Amino acid sequence: MTVSAGIAGIGLLGPGLAGWTASLPVLAGLASFEPMPVAPPVPALLPATERRRTGPSVRLALAVATEAVQASGLPPGDLDTVFASSNGEGQVIVSILDALHAPGGAISPTQFHNSVHNAAAGYWGIAAGSARPSVSLGGHDCVFATGLMQAVAQVVTRNAPILFVAHDVPLPPPLAALRPGEGLFAVALVLVPGAGSSGVLDLAYIAEGVGGEPPLTPAFDTVRLGNPAARALPLLVALATRRSSALRFSLPGDAGLDVRVTP
Amino acid sequence: MTPYRISAITAASAMGVGMNATQAALRTRRGGLRPCDLPDMPDGIWIGRVPDAEPIDLPAPLANFACRNTRLAELALRQDGFVAAVAAAKSRHGAARIAVVLGTSTSGIEETERAWARRDADGVLPTYDFARTHDLHSLPRFLRARLGLAGPCVSISTACTSGARSFLDAVALIEAGFADAAVVGGADTLCRLTLHGFGSLELLARGPTRPCAEDRDGISIGEAAAFALIERAGPADTGRIGLLGAGASSDGHHMSSPHPDGLGAVAAMRAALDSAGLAPGAIDYVNMHGTGTRANDAMEDRAIARIFGDTVPCSSTKGWTGHTLGASGALEAAIAAICVENGLVPGCLGVEHVDPGFGAGIVVANHAAQVDVVLSNSFGFGGSNCALVIGRIP
Repeated sequence: MTVSAGIAGIGLLGPGLAGWTASLPVLAGLASFEPMPVAPPVPALLPATERRRTGPSVRLALAVATEAVQASGLPPGDLDTVFASSNGEGQVIVSILDALHAPGGAISPTQFHNSVHNAAAGYWGIAAGSARPSVSLGGHDCVFATGLMQAVAQVVTRNAPILFVAHDVPLPPPLAALRPGEGLFAVALVLVPGAGSSGVLDLAYIAEGVGGEPPLTPAFDTVRLGNPAARALPLLVALATRRSSALRFSLPGDAGLDVRVTP
Repeated sequence: MTPYRISAITAASAMGVGMNATQAALRTRRGGLRPCDLPDMPDGIWIGRVPDAEPIDLPAPLANFACRNTRLAELALRQDGFVAAVAAAKSRHGAARIAVVLGTSTSGIEETERAWARRDADGVLPTYDFARTHDLHSLPRFLRARLGLAGPCVSISTACTSGARSFLDAVALIEAGFADAAVVGGADTLCRLTLHGFGSLELLARGPTRPCAEDRDGISIGEAAAFALIERAGPADTGRIGLLGAGASSDGHHMSSPHPDGLGAVAAMRAALDSAGLAPGAIDYVNMHGTGTRANDAMEDRAIARIFGDTVPCSSTKGWTGHTLGASGALEAAIAAICVENGLVPGCLGVEHVDPGFGAGIVVANHAAQVDVVLSNSFGFGGSNCALVIGRIP
C-alpha cells in the first residue's frame, strides 16, 4: 500500500547548493560539485525587529521555504506546514546552558522563546502572515524521512497542499563532541494532492530489515554524513536527473521508508 | 474525522500517579503543587514535581535511555494497565501497524544540564548518551522499544501544544494508511532551562498558580507524562470514550505573546468542533489552557466567550498540576476523559474571585453534571494552537 503526493515546488540550501534551480546542474552531474559553505540569508520577509532575533537554523528554514513556495505559485499563507529538524537552534540552547551555569548568569526572554523547537515554524507564520496549522518534528538522524512521511500523510488526509521543510545546523561545542556534524543543510518541498509539476512521490512504510541509505557519489555522501537533513540528497538527485527511482530511507530501529520518485 | 476510541489512557503528574489517583485529587480538590525544592531554580516559586519518578529504573536493555523524562514516562507506563492494553492491541493489529507519536518540549535536556555542571577545565562535557536522552526522538524511541512496537516513530515539539498535537498527527498517519493504531501523548520534566526561561519572561507565579483569578500572577511549572492508545472506533464502541475531533492553527503574530483577541485560539477551537461535526452547544465543559498568566487567560477567555458565550462551564486544571508544557495537552486529555467518565466539572483551584473582566463561563467549584463532550485547549510559543474534542463516541 502506498501513500502519494505531488511536488509543486522545491527549495534547497546546502554546501555548494545555493538554491534548487541553481543546483540543478550539480545535482544532475552536469557540473562539478564544490561544497563551499553557505551562509543562511537574513530573512527579508520578517519585520526588522524579528529579523534580528533569528538564528541560523531559522534563517535556513525560511530561505528554503520561501524558494519552494515561490516556485509552487501557491499563496504562502494558505499552506499548512511541517517543519523537521533534529537539532533545532543549537546555538540558542548552548548559550542558555552557558548562562545557566555562569555565576549570576541570566538568560534573555528572546533567547528563551527562540529555544523552542518550533521557532522556525513560528517565524514562518509571522513572515507568511499564516494562521494555518503547523507542526514541528524532531527525528535525530531520521528526521528527513520521518518528516516526509508525516507531511505526505497530512496532504492525503486533508487533501490540501503542505509546505514541508527539513533543516539542520550542526550543534556547536561542547555538544558537538556528543553529536558531531558538518555543514548547514535545508530542503523544502511544497507537496500537493495528486500530481505535481516536479514529480510524484509514492511512499510505503517498511517495518523491518532496513539498513543504510540510498547510494550517492562520494562528494554528496560526505555532505549527507555531516547533516541529517542532507539525507534528502538521493531524492533531490532523482528529481534533478528526472529519473524514476526507488529509494529506501532508514527510520528508527531497522524500519524504513520506501519512496518511489516519478519525475 | 471519524471518531477514535481511546482504548487505554494513563497519566502521572503532581496531582497523582495513575488515573485513579488523578481522579481522586480532582474530585477532592487536592492540588499537587508545592514550594520549589529543586536546587538552582528561581527563588520563591512553586512547582508540580513527581518525586515517585525519580528513583525509577528503566528495564535493563533500555538503561541507556535513562533521564528524568524517560523515568517519568516509565512511571506513567506502569499505571492503568497501559502496557497490557498495548500488548492486546499488538495482537489485534500487529506491532508494525502501531505508531508511536509523542510530544515533548525539552525531552531529556535535564541530563545535559547535569553534564554541563561537570564540564572539565577545557569546557568538555563528560560522556553521556545524548541521542537517547537529550534528543527529541529519545521519548518515542524509548516507548517504541519498551512496548515492543515496530510502527512509525514520530517526535513532536511544538512547545506547549506538543502533547495535544500528537493526537492530531497520529490520526493523520492512521488516516493515510501508515498505521492502524497509535500510542500518543507526551512527557515533559522539570529543568532549569524552562524554569529560568519563564522566569526571564517574568511569568512565574509567587505561589501556586491561580488561573482565571482576578489577581492571578503567573504560571507554576509542573512535570507530567500522559499516554493514550487510540484506534479507529467501531460500531461496538458507542458510548465509550474517544477522540471525536481535533483542530489546530497558528497565530502568525508573535513568538511568545498570544494574539490579544485570541484569533488563533478561536480558529483552533472552531477547527476542532468542525472536525468533530459538533456545534458549540454540544460541548459540556471546556478544559482551558489556562496557564495563569495575565495575557493567556485574558486572551483565552475572549476566544471562548466568542464561540460559547458564558453558557459552557470552563476551567483550567493547572492549579492541580502546574503547567506541564509539552505534556499538558496529553495530561488534560486524560483529565477530560475523567470528567466524562465521572460526570464531573472541576472548578479552577484556589480562585476566590474570577477576573471580573472575563466573559466566559468560568467555574471555580466542582459540580456534578452529565459530561459527554469536553473541548480541551492547548496554546504555545511560536503561536501554536491546538484543540481536542474528547467525549463519548456517538
